[in-house]
Amino acid sequence: MITNTGIIAMSYILATILFILALGGLSNQETARRGNWYGIIGMTIALIATVLGVVTQHYEYILVALVVGGTIGLIAARRVQMTQMPELVAILHSLVGAAAVAVGFANFMDPGRLSHYVGVELTIHDIETYLGILIGAVTFSGSVIAFGKLSGRIGGSPLTLPGRHWFNLALLLAAIWFAYQFVLQSAAGGGMQPLIIMTVIALVFGVHMVMAIGGADMPVVVSMLNSYSGWAASATGFMLGNDLLIVTGALVGSSGAILSYIMCRAMNRKFLAVIAGGFGTGGGAVAAGGEDQGDVVPILPDETAELLNDAKEVMIIPGYGMAVAQAQHVVHEITTVLREKGVNVRFGIHPVAGRMPGHMNVLLAEAKVPYDIVFEMDEINDDFPKVDVSIIIGANDIVNPSALTDPDGPIGGMPVLECWKGKTSIVLKRSMATGYAGVQNPLFFLDNTRMLFGDAKETLDAVFKAL
Amino acid sequence: MRIGVPREIYAGERRVATTPEVATQLIKLGFDVSVESNAGTPANYSDATYQAAGCSIAATADDIWNDSDIILKVRGPEAEEADRLKAGQTLISFLWPAQNPELLRQLTERGVTAMAMDSIPRISRAQKVDALSSMANIAGYRAVVEAAQHFGRFFTGQITAAGKVPPAKVLVIGAGVAGLAAIGAAQSMGAIVRSFDTRPEVKEQIESMGAEFLMLDFEDEDGSGEGGYAKVMSDEFIKAEMALFADQAKDVDIIITTALIPGKPAPRLITAEMVESMKDGSVIVDLAAEQGGNCELTEPGKVAHHHGVTLIGYTDLPSRLAAQSSQLYATNLRHLLTDLTPEKDGQIVVDMEDEVFRGATVCKDGETTWPPPAPTLSAAPKKPKPAPAPVAKEVKKPSVMGPIISMVIAGLALLGLGAVAPASFMAHFTVFVLACFVGYMVIWNVTAALHTPLMSVTNAISSIIIIGALIQVSSDNELIMWIAVITVGIASINIFGGFAVTRRMLEMFRK
Repeated sequence: MITNTGIIAMSYILATILFILALGGLSNQETARRGNWYGIIGMTIALIATVLGVVTQHYEYILVALVVGGTIGLIAARRVQMTQMPELVAILHSLVGAAAVAVGFANFMDPGRLSHYVGVELTIHDIETYLGILIGAVTFSGSVIAFGKLSGRIGGSPLTLPGRHWFNLALLLAAIWFAYQFVLQSAAGGGMQPLIIMTVIALVFGVHMVMAIGGADMPVVVSMLNSYSGWAASATGFMLGNDLLIVTGALVGSSGAILSYIMCRAMNRKFLAVIAGGFGTGGGAVAAGGEDQGDVVPILPDETAELLNDAKEVMIIPGYGMAVAQAQHVVHEITTVLREKGVNVRFGIHPVAGRMPGHMNVLLAEAKVPYDIVFEMDEINDDFPKVDVSIIIGANDIVNPSALTDPDGPIGGMPVLECWKGKTSIVLKRSMATGYAGVQNPLFFLDNTRMLFGDAKETLDAVFKAL
Repeated sequence: MRIGVPREIYAGERRVATTPEVATQLIKLGFDVSVESNAGTPANYSDATYQAAGCSIAATADDIWNDSDIILKVRGPEAEEADRLKAGQTLISFLWPAQNPELLRQLTERGVTAMAMDSIPRISRAQKVDALSSMANIAGYRAVVEAAQHFGRFFTGQITAAGKVPPAKVLVIGAGVAGLAAIGAAQSMGAIVRSFDTRPEVKEQIESMGAEFLMLDFEDEDGSGEGGYAKVMSDEFIKAEMALFADQAKDVDIIITTALIPGKPAPRLITAEMVESMKDGSVIVDLAAEQGGNCELTEPGKVAHHHGVTLIGYTDLPSRLAAQSSQLYATNLRHLLTDLTPEKDGQIVVDMEDEVFRGATVCKDGETTWPPPAPTLSAAPKKPKPAPAPVAKEVKKPSVMGPIISMVIAGLALLGLGAVAPASFMAHFTVFVLACFVGYMVIWNVTAALHTPLMSVTNAISSIIIIGALIQVSSDNELIMWIAVITVGIASINIFGGFAVTRRMLEMFRK
């Protein structure tokens, strides 16, 4: 039992520093593993200091809860497929949200509250509680829906209710009104009723917000929820007057916010426009007739293999389709064979490829593709004129030249991988359906583009055999 | 149906209309393929390889002409060959119906269906069948090889112990398929390449091949005619153009001319004086020799020497690269036959509604069907005039006022908060704001490849919210205690799960 509050405060500062180092470690792959250990140590220190310094009874329950929760967490972490990472991250976000709501309610129910705070302090404390629960509830329900969408339990297409912006506005106004009610009633000793109503409103808002967002915007949603879970922790920290929570929450919150910003920039979309939703469809309809763009030239796996054998520079551009087809392992095998033959194989990753930031990198890492041949869009986009063969696996909008040529189109101005500047592009696709943006891709009709139709894994297996 | 491939009898013709590799694919389409003995020998395809590919070898030309339903040839039939054709047979080859009206009449009378590979319309759908482009590509390449053969120096510049070697300067006139191929070949041998074309839209193509586009300082007159070919230019334009060539002739070592206008004799671009002004040892390759030549002194089919300059007027450049041209030509034919055989049952269907087949068919069932109705689609859509001024991209000057106003509002709001908030809140708020900035600085340094681990690790540390639950767990209120216990459980899922999965991911990132 530590009674000296100074030691507890110091432990929290230590934990804070370790958390910052953990995030800083992610600046490159070599230091990242060490960074993760910093995070673990920081968390351990914070837990031990709290348990020894603050907790006075019920140790046995804490131990049981830690063991049960920890076991579930470890099993989930071990079992999860790398393609399912977005789902796992989403569901973990929802837990943070749920925890914030629970801590907020428990704090409110503590009768010591009224004697501890008075006047303005009480008002501020109540607002902090209110906000913590609000953000936590939005995070919780939003993440559950995001989990449902990512795992395919809920359709990917955006739910666009008529007048949905008005609906959101009404929810917001209601939340503010109940905040006022809550502060008034809380000072008088009540307030549970408006708090519960607000929680329901926040849950509805979270559901509605994510339901309205299409599959292609999922990277933004996942990073936004990441950000919310941080703000929820921060608000809880204010409520409890605990600097460790405030700092950690702020770190996580700004991390998620920056990721959302990066994702939005990579799609050339405004953050508010993404949140307002209604963009992108689930299945990708076959492009409506429109003008005849010419013929696509199909290619067979054998011919693809020949092209690859003759190439010196090969660029592989993976998209979500690679994850769906689980083709990353055969991609790695092809890469290995080609590299042994002296072909310079590299990977070009668009920031929004996949369903969460960095999704493709993790998949390729899982397939043991060395990370020093995996490049960001900005690093390799200028190299395309030297590339002999680009292989586009299950990607569409991120290689669409009309993003540059048609500034008014749905994806106009979005930075894309300019694979058409290379000698040949081979596009692996199941059909001629459009991407999430619903835009026809002129790349497919270019003279130097070949279409390799079929399931990415099966066709790549055939290519691999032919090599 | 049986496809017959006779030996080319035109003097000096080394190409053959199918190769063993392509023959296998034709057989897959359901055809029987028979090849005249030694038809492929000049192009280095032996009878044995055809046999191995599943073709039958016909001992004499008669067997081919008598027993085949479809005849594939490179050159159009000679008069005696045409006489052997029978009604119902289909002939596919180069025919040049405009230049050979007599042949066209003869073919019509014999009642055959004749498809001219030179009359395939230039539309994007038909590119895979475009034998003219295939041959032009080879001619352009070979032109550079011929030039190198007759040029007494390196193409590439070098600095050696024995002194400096300047790079050769090559001028390519006409940047069609042949011109671009010549640019590519000369460029890859190390020469300095310049190119001129009357069609301004090819500038980009020329530059993409690494050559310099010679601009003509002239009222922009667009030389693009129908179907992506060039057209006849105005007199003033030609005068300016000639001045440019006269200038260039004094400077360059090698001139390769590829200027052709469909249905017209080749334009005279290089005069005798220009040839005279060239340095001794220079070379001119005239790819337009067959149509009269772009150079006044060209002798078609021969190598001539005038004023110390070698003039190469070969008209059979593709045939000089017989194996390559046979392969590409045969592939073009295969694509055409694939489209003609929709059922893949070895039965061809010539659908006269189809623009490609309609354009190629010069006679059918005893009727002349050439020339076809005007093409409906040009290969390169004409540039709308005047060229759309580069959309003046509104340089969005970030308004200075916007951010300032929002900052002022935010500042006032914070001041208002500070006026009423107690000291303890302000201390926490300070920490919060500073932490946001630390987060901002740290996160921008995270490499994009690690964004997924970043999310999972932030997930884990945001479960620091567990501390809130731990504080409440000691409460004497049963309900609060149980809520807190459950929260500890939930948060620990997150802590353990988040760190473990991050570790698992980071372990995978290997060099």
